[in-house]
Amino acid sequence: MKKIIAMALSLIVILGLLAGCSNNTPTDPATDPAAALNLVKPGKLIMSTNAEFPPYENTDDNGNFIGIDIEIAQAIANKLGLELVIDDMDFDAALLAVQNNKSDIVMAGVSVTDDRLLVMDFSESYATGIQVVIVKEGSNVTMDNLGEKMIGTQRGTTGYIYASASPEDDGYGEDHVIAYDNGMSAVQALMNNQVDCVIIDKAPAMEFVKNNPGLTILEGNWVEESYAIGVDKGNTSLLEAINKALAELIADGTVQNIINKHIKAN
Amino acid sequence: MVSGQELPFWQEFYVKFYQAFLENDRWLQYLQGVGNTLVITAMALAIGILLGILVAAIRTAHDQQRPGKHNPLLGILNGICQVYVTVIRGTPMMVQLLIMYFVVFANSRENNLIGALTLGINSGAYTAEIIRGGLMALDPGQMEAGRSLGLNYLDTMTFIVIPQAFKAILPALGNEFIVLLKDTSLITVIGGKELTHAAQAIYGRTWEQMFPLMIVASMYLSLVLLLQWLLGILERRLRQGDRR
Repeated sequence: MKKIIAMALSLIVILGLLAGCSNNTPTDPATDPAAALNLVKPGKLIMSTNAEFPPYENTDDNGNFIGIDIEIAQAIANKLGLELVIDDMDFDAALLAVQNNKSDIVMAGVSVTDDRLLVMDFSESYATGIQVVIVKEGSNVTMDNLGEKMIGTQRGTTGYIYASASPEDDGYGEDHVIAYDNGMSAVQALMNNQVDCVIIDKAPAMEFVKNNPGLTILEGNWVEESYAIGVDKGNTSLLEAINKALAELIADGTVQNIINKHIKAN
Repeated sequence: MVSGQELPFWQEFYVKFYQAFLENDRWLQYLQGVGNTLVITAMALAIGILLGILVAAIRTAHDQQRPGKHNPLLGILNGICQVYVTVIRGTPMMVQLLIMYFVVFANSRENNLIGALTLGINSGAYTAEIIRGGLMALDPGQMEAGRSLGLNYLDTMTFIVIPQAFKAILPALGNEFIVLLKDTSLITVIGGKELTHAAQAIYGRTWEQMFPLMIVASMYLSLVLLLQWLLGILERRLRQGDRR
């Protein structure tokens, strides 16, 4: 009995090793351009995202994925001759999926920082994200005195990261920033006067202000940052293909058209 | 860091550890977190023990009245204590925190203090039942012996009942303290700044969760080990007069 189990186990190990090898077998790039790409599943471009971030990605009432990132990813997949597969998950998980080879790309309004470059590679930027400051109507908070106020943010967002940096790094220091689990909690704390303002992405900010009378968005942008497509570290062939497709899409105006369609000029 | 560069395993291990612990003096954030966690635990512990003793004393005094005698004031207090224990034990800790922060203390900015208070009130309900268990478990003969020797109720409690009961409930009490220490991690939901927040803040920057989480996990474990050691000393000290 033991021998049979041992044999079965070793067989599984060997088969696993063989399967691992076969994934890495290089195919001839000359015959098929898509085959040269290092993909999780051949012929498919799997994109992990967090579809709770309108207008970049969210779902409609039928559960279909819509938004700027989705349409740009579709355009890129078309250029590369691949089928786009969208995988919806938490923001953190969407980033890990790429690192763990569960997806090929992550597009979720991701901005590039040095720390993030350590674990992932990023394409050229395709859009600009804007962070704004929500305050109560008639409050004395301005862009210049934020450092003396209490600031509410959403944990893990760049708004939190930049604002809680030390003053030498152009932040306001951890003591002036409170991290909440979601944007709604931060806005609720603002309504209660538990914080003086909330720093958050512009699109959700406009939703919050619309739904909560007595709130308003401060004039001007708190920060502007570039969104890019994340791929697994070292997956250069895919990164180059995406950058090439993206450059063509930017040059012929497709990207700008998609952005204009979703963000109304105001 | 250059885009597209891959590192050997140990180098990557070191770089990630460096990023999670050493870069920009991030270890200071963990230390601050440990400090805050300890302060919050101490405050919650004090509130919890006070509330626990109070509630347990009322409930025991009510339940151990002589047959046929019934003090109406104790009856009312006992009712209040029962409602307190039922409500606190019957609702999740996290919901209690959110209610305290967003509803009860909607105008306060002292997130850590609100957290400590809520944890203390929560812990008080459990501590009360532990203490009550200890007091009720003691043989009624002990109380009768004290009273027949001429000690009044309070003196009998302080010198005869409580010392014996305390020894019996120490393991269960230790349990509750350990749970309390770890429950401080929940106050991150109301913007409290303790050890777990430090990890969340750091992996929010680095997008590398494993090292910050492992670091705080080992820090919680060390704190609990320390607490366990202290409780062990106390237990051994109290056992010195035992004949078992």
